Amino acid sequence: MNLYLCYTVKKELESILAYNGGAIIAMKGKNCVAIAADRRFGIQAQTITCNFQKIFEMGSHLYLSLPGLATDTQTVMEKLRFRLNLYELKENRKIHPKTFASMVSNLLYERRFGPYFVEPIIAGLCPVTYEPFICNMDLIGCISPSNDFVVGGTCSEQLYGMCESLYEPDMEPDDLFETISQALVNACDRDAISGWGAVVHVIEKDKVTVRTIKTRMD
Amino acid sequence: MSSVLVPEIPAPGFSFDLCQRNNFLVKKGFQAPKAVKTGTTIAGVVYKDGVVLGGDTRSTENTIVADKNCSKIHYLTENIYCCGAGTAADTEMTTMISSQLELHHLNTNRIVPVCTANAMIKQLLFRYQGNIGAALILGGVDLDGPHLYCIYPHGSSDRHLYTSMGTGSLAAMAVFESRWKPDMTEEEAKELVADAIRAGVFNDLASGSNVDLCVIRKGSVDYLRPYDIANVKGQRNISYRYKRGTTAVLNKIVHPIIIEGETVRRLETEPMDTSS
Amino acid sequence: MALLSENLRRSLPDYKTQATKMKSFSPYADNGGSVIALAGDDFCVIAADTRLSTGFSIYTREQQKLFPLSSKTILGCSGCWCDTLTLTRLLIARMQMYEHEHQKEMPTLAVAQMLSTMLYYKRFFPYYVSNILGGLDEDGKGCVYSYDPIGHCEVTKYRAGGSAGALLQPLLDNQIGYKNQEGVEPVPLTQEKAVAIIKDVFTSAAERDIYTGDSINIKIITKDGVQDSTFELRKD
Repeated sequence: MNLYLCYTVKKELESILAYNGGAIIAMKGKNCVAIAADRRFGIQAQTITCNFQKIFEMGSHLYLSLPGLATDTQTVMEKLRFRLNLYELKENRKIHPKTFASMVSNLLYERRFGPYFVEPIIAGLCPVTYEPFICNMDLIGCISPSNDFVVGGTCSEQLYGMCESLYEPDMEPDDLFETISQALVNACDRDAISGWGAVVHVIEKDKVTVRTIKTRMD
Repeated sequence: MSSVLVPEIPAPGFSFDLCQRNNFLVKKGFQAPKAVKTGTTIAGVVYKDGVVLGGDTRSTENTIVADKNCSKIHYLTENIYCCGAGTAADTEMTTMISSQLELHHLNTNRIVPVCTANAMIKQLLFRYQGNIGAALILGGVDLDGPHLYCIYPHGSSDRHLYTSMGTGSLAAMAVFESRWKPDMTEEEAKELVADAIRAGVFNDLASGSNVDLCVIRKGSVDYLRPYDIANVKGQRNISYRYKRGTTAVLNKIVHPIIIEGETVRRLETEPMDTSS
Repeated sequence: MALLSENLRRSLPDYKTQATKMKSFSPYADNGGSVIALAGDDFCVIAADTRLSTGFSIYTREQQKLFPLSSKTILGCSGCWCDTLTLTRLLIARMQMYEHEHQKEMPTLAVAQMLSTMLYYKRFFPYYVSNILGGLDEDGKGCVYSYDPIGHCEVTKYRAGGSAGALLQPLLDNQIGYKNQEGVEPVPLTQEKAVAIIKDVFTSAAERDIYTGDSINIKIITKDGVQDSTFELRKD
């Protein structure tokens, strides 16, 4: 009787993927891609730094981001850089982003039963045709390439909401920058463990533009 | 024996080195994250002279749609295809068995029997005792005619004339049970499978977007993607394009990528040496 | 030999498999659904989707989640549907008692306060409902009140709640709150823009949230009364 007279909800700890926080987004434009990330590094609610690198240059036109547990982010990035260097030495050519995605997927699926806690996002241009390519993955390496945008990190819901409304196909690099920045910044403002500055890379055939943008610092 | 110059070749297969760490984290009370599931409707029927396979195109991560147009009908060999439901990465990787089937094809120099593909997949799944979460519908046509198999994550399999799997399997099966009949024509079979998938798409929340079909006949395959665009995204009323300069930029660095020279060396293609 | 076998056992740690466990009974259900309310100078727009679902299945595609409480106040609810029904029934009854006692309709501010009290009354077995109250205040201005399940009340100009709340809210911040935009003059919200934005954000949310879809019901409250309209979303 009166079993639930005093029903209390047991507070659940957050998922391991949300231990450090972070928000990543990549978008396709007209002959260009953009990838953006916040700059916060924290331990749960406590912020440690606000100049943390989350986007890694893996080639002249290839960028990788690994939202998730920060220790795994860096480990996986180093492992991938090693595999990538071996590939480029062996093949003597630049890697296609799609091939690189398979490489990441292979590394993650190898640890199917004891995964790294990262959900990678890859953005780049094909080294031959300069065709844009973006994709994201889950933590065990299921690739889902996309024609418009991909998001990752702790505020992926907010990012999905923003991107679904803001995204238009075939944007010029400058318009793409505005759209991706607004999507990222507004989504981060509704997440307690992302934000504290943001950095946006716009990758074109002949140049990569890196902008740091002004955000709320709280 | 490993060095920087000659790195040790890692052992093939799964690596379990992070299990202990991850288990420790879970014990400390952190939730283990969930992988993307293809909460799915997949279905297949045997008709007069072949097999029709079908699938929806939504993959979900909890209650959020992770991919709106993913492909769930995987290539195995020229005459065999396979629909996958369950953990997305597992279905993707399990169907990589197609390389072994291709080797089998080259070794035996004949069309791969569907039962061979079935045996190989179920042996693989049984070896992992259900930990590889792939529920598959395998369909193909070989010398004995059309075949349709249903393979469960633990490694059991059944042969059917019509079957469905995934979270929307009940909705799809309802359509089959009311309308399936033996020796259907190709058009009837395609429409039936498409309707079964549509039942899943509209009534099961984890299935959605489009309907993909794959028709396998003796000697030819039609991979119809999409067969039917069941749902389209609504049109926006307002354009949300921002005026340039709306976002405040703190600093901007441009890294030019300069190609200093390009040499193209043409190679004459030699015919493959087939003398031996 | 004994040493070897001991070592063998030590090198094989026991990993627990993630086997399915029986869950204890929960008195709550999550029936999904999303609500948005926007307030303008002389109007208030409130909208909710019409899908009622549980787990991976749909109960109905045409469930009204907006409850007109008075001529100037509408409550939008999402979450546990049985709690919603009980809460609104009690709310309506108490509003009727107020009307008989004071010989006037309960003003929006009073409804907002009463709802907060009623939610907090069940502090230790709360109604699992995400409430958003939209209406006109005593000066005829639009106002929106949003609640957490145990009665915390906040007055805002725009708010999204329910299963797709996280998807909807940032765009409202940006487009209605003019957050993070440089060199853009805020203009007062018009009814047309409010309705257009609501339709757009719901279209976006229906793409990604499985519990939001089918159609939305939009109610515009002005001093002349309540205007009702619907808008179709995707059905999968």
